[in-house]
Amino acid sequence: MSKAINKTLASYRWQLKGLLHLLLLCPLFYCVLAVVNGWWGGDPVQAIIHYLANSALNILLITLCLAPVSRKFKLPSLLAYRRLIGLYVFVYALLHLAAYLVIDLGLDWQLFWQENLQRPYIWLGMIAFVVLLAMSITSLKALQQKLGRRWLQLHGLVYPITLLVLVHFWWSLKSGWLEPVLYLVVVAGLFSLRKMQIQRWLGSFSNTNHTK
Amino acid sequence: MWLKFKRDWEEPESAVTPEALFKQRRNIIKGFGLAGAASLLPVTGQAASWFGGDDEEPAAIVRRALNKTDIPPLHNDALTPEAKAISHNNFYEFGTAKDDPVKNSRQFNPNPWSFTIDGLVEKPLTLDLDDVMAKMALEQRIYRLRCVEAWSMVIPWVGFSLSDLLKQVKPLSSARYVAFETLYDPEQMPGQKSRFVGGGINYPYVEGLRLDEAMNPLSFMAVGMYGKTLPAQNGAPLRLVVPWKYGFKSIKSIVRIRFTDVEPPTTWNILSPYEYGFYANVNPKVDHPRWSQASERRIDDAGLLGRKRIDTEMFNGYGEQVAHLYKNMDLTRYF
Repeated sequence: MSKAINKTLASYRWQLKGLLHLLLLCPLFYCVLAVVNGWWGGDPVQAIIHYLANSALNILLITLCLAPVSRKFKLPSLLAYRRLIGLYVFVYALLHLAAYLVIDLGLDWQLFWQENLQRPYIWLGMIAFVVLLAMSITSLKALQQKLGRRWLQLHGLVYPITLLVLVHFWWSLKSGWLEPVLYLVVVAGLFSLRKMQIQRWLGSFSNTNHTK
Repeated sequence: MWLKFKRDWEEPESAVTPEALFKQRRNIIKGFGLAGAASLLPVTGQAASWFGGDDEEPAAIVRRALNKTDIPPLHNDALTPEAKAISHNNFYEFGTAKDDPVKNSRQFNPNPWSFTIDGLVEKPLTLDLDDVMAKMALEQRIYRLRCVEAWSMVIPWVGFSLSDLLKQVKPLSSARYVAFETLYDPEQMPGQKSRFVGGGINYPYVEGLRLDEAMNPLSFMAVGMYGKTLPAQNGAPLRLVVPWKYGFKSIKSIVRIRFTDVEPPTTWNILSPYEYGFYANVNPKVDHPRWSQASERRIDDAGLLGRKRIDTEMFNGYGEQVAHLYKNMDLTRYF
């Protein structure tokens, strides 16, 4: 069974990638539909910003599922899709940030920089965003090979930024904590499935004797 | 007087699609949506529920027109369109998202309504709201509403001065504060039934004013907006409006008003005392810990992208009327 799936995943790569693009754009289409139809009320600014952020977080969790799933069901071909899905985390994070800057702050750049400096919960979001940006740029195959071990170190930052994003989420709420805690439970589960990888990643910083 | 200039792109009221036709159109669209899925389902009727089946939705309360005297506004801001003011609400009793209250308050029935005024008063009263409305001369007042979240609206409220109501019970000289309480009815308010819907707040929602704030001529009890009674999501049937304070002070769906000699607890202050003070005066110089209060996003008839932020004014622009109440107070401490 897993052999057949592997074969399909490998031989229909372009078609499946096309399909994935469509699927991953669905949240954006839904967002536009909701705004145009007034499903989010008379002033959907906050709803748009939160929805885009949640979409980024959800897709981030999907990327974290891929490795354990591919291991468990012996589907190495699945990992060929991880970069594409991961890039959409960045796309939605970028849209989230852009929505905050454009429709909430009204493109008031001075206020934007001021808020970025003054608000610790925005720092967390910004750190996560900058790491995502670095991961997206270095997702080019050529850079991946060139950076070698550094590339793995950089992309392992996905673990701490997932936690940062959850704190950013919890901190941004006016009241309540149930939703971020539910996410935290899922993230803790996903992390426990890859204890070894996380340990290896942490070790890569202390163990300087190993070059490549 | 508030003059409305008709712009060339505005449709006349007569061109508005009747609601029945509008709903029919939605059903037709649903029909299209079904066309693909229908072949997969044994009974097409089942699919209708996937789309929320708004035919079974309970109707929102019917809003009655109100006779009122127009009071000239203290500024000449353009009104927030009614459609936006009644579909963008913070009313956690009906859910935490801005569009939750309008959706989740359709079961809410505010009739009949009575409320109590008691505490340190000579003659405590339980009042029938319809009687109160019939006795009071209703005024329309156009006020700015500045939310602590840094958005704002301009709303024509209909109601009466809070002081006119409070004088009826003859407060004792020992009374220094006035406490307010929202209806507690989990059957009608899903946010009170479930902590998840209600944002983990302890209900009933409570608020309070100092007595001199409550007696200030600007403090207003609204029973209507845009010439009609209040919709449920905006605090039907009776709410407070304190235009120089952040919106959360303007407590909704009031059932009890109590005179006290100590500062009453207030909901957001209990929840997060470092972020929301008892006074909650609009103050561009004192930021919320997580965002600037120096400017605000005015919700007017501009689209999402056509909107600019405007500077927030001290006391929301009502300094002339209320600044004396806080003359010797450090407003960074008593925020």
